[in-house]
Amino acid sequence: MGKTAAAITGISEWKPARVWEQPMFALEAAAQLAAEVLADAGLTRDQVDGILIGGLPESPMFAPSALAEYLGLRSNFNEVVDLGGATACGMIWRAAAAIEVGACETALVLCPSVPAPLPASSGGAPGKMQMPAYLGGDAWGSPQGQFDIPSGLVAATPGFAMIASRYLATHLVKPETLAKIAVHARYNAQANPLAIFRGRPIAIEDVLASKLVADPLRLLEIVMPCFGGGACLVQRADAARRGPRRPVLVSGFGEHLTHKTVSYMPDLLDTPIRVAAERAFRMAGASREAIDLASIYDCYTITVLLTIEDAGFCRKGQGAAFVDDHDLRWDGGDWPLNTHGGQLGAGQAGMAGGLSHALEAVRQIQGRALGRQLPRAELAYVNGTGGLMAEQVALILEGA
Amino acid sequence: MRFSAAGRPLPRPTPTTQPFFDAAREGRLVLQRCPRDGFFYYPRSHCPRCLGRDWEWRAVSGRGSVHAFTLDRVGHDPAQRSRTPLAIAVVELDEGPRMTANVVDCEAEALRVGLPVEACFERVEDVALVQFRPRT
Repeated sequence: MGKTAAAITGISEWKPARVWEQPMFALEAAAQLAAEVLADAGLTRDQVDGILIGGLPESPMFAPSALAEYLGLRSNFNEVVDLGGATACGMIWRAAAAIEVGACETALVLCPSVPAPLPASSGGAPGKMQMPAYLGGDAWGSPQGQFDIPSGLVAATPGFAMIASRYLATHLVKPETLAKIAVHARYNAQANPLAIFRGRPIAIEDVLASKLVADPLRLLEIVMPCFGGGACLVQRADAARRGPRRPVLVSGFGEHLTHKTVSYMPDLLDTPIRVAAERAFRMAGASREAIDLASIYDCYTITVLLTIEDAGFCRKGQGAAFVDDHDLRWDGGDWPLNTHGGQLGAGQAGMAGGLSHALEAVRQIQGRALGRQLPRAELAYVNGTGGLMAEQVALILEGA
Repeated sequence: MRFSAAGRPLPRPTPTTQPFFDAAREGRLVLQRCPRDGFFYYPRSHCPRCLGRDWEWRAVSGRGSVHAFTLDRVGHDPAQRSRTPLAIAVVELDEGPRMTANVVDCEAEALRVGLPVEACFERVEDVALVQFRPRT
């Protein structure tokens, strides 16, 4: 038994989309998500005394106070978390830790990932999701701007491709093995009404025939960036037990980082997941074998392979054999992985994409993963990967 | 970031990193060397191992091998789309540190992890970018 102080109860998630038909400000999306998540948890706004957000475009400074003011909150714990794709998982453990030490009792974890309305003068149509290539790495004085960006090492895909090249040169991996990760993600997505690729299953051959984007990564091994939104409510576990939802304890957590870009990763094949996951499992007092569901950040197929290894589900270098030996599907798979389809199948809705892995674990543990419910879902491993295999957060979630 | 007339992103040296770029313009690869921890890269104010400041600039061999690589087929940087397919590699220098650069004068099929390479200098306007080419 691990931590028992804090539990996730309410959740909300929006269907990811490439084009967002009704643009809204992050503040407005946060207000809507807060209303939905409070309704789901059976709470009122007055009970909220903690805010966690990954920044607000409408208030680049003072984001928590801007949010408190907009939502009419009187908040005791206020955090901006800056961990890329690991932000959502990082927010969840911070909320749980704050609750455990008594800093707050009920915290909103908010991931609005929507486009703002265009100013009336611009007259443009709703924009397609586009990530800025440099992700802020071009700031004056930034090492990345001087020593990485001029080479073309920008965005995320080339960096993960770099790691994949090293992995493939070190370990024997069949292309079909990596493709299987994408295929099973798509399979699971078919049972998720929120998945962007619902209705579009793929086969191994489709992955192998898809175009090379950055060798060795092919198009269908890469997430599709989307708009979307998600939120959850973390509250004191004793209060959570009185609510309408089964409390999902944040039983263990770990976070680790050592580098910003792949260039300076101490070891390209030893990711910070190893330390983060070990800390989480130890804190939760849980074994790898006891996990009913893995909800692993899957920006690329290679991310999943390395995470399976570094989180300790198999020995180093045995990730490919593990994937070959297991069925990752929700219906009858012996090692169900990302039963919502992961981000490979459901879409990567900004920071809400990272949150989707935690929300799916909550749904499964609460028994409301409609249409894809696992027969047994008591204990889940969830993780988040930020930036270029840099920011890592691992969570162990457990039904109370 | 600043850009060449042709739109290529170029480094903007800082007071700390200027000696690296000055040396490159003279066709020399210099790295900082800490008396306790040896060479490190990228250039910075303090040794990333001991946080000491008593490092010196030293010339290095420029020899190394490809530690990891990718061939960017689509141009993830819109400003570099005209250079695709773009060979980007993490090169491990014989002296230890790893540098990220382009591999030039190399057929795509010849690019592999472990490929022996040596530093070369690509002049773009007033900057000399450190790149690598296969060692013969």
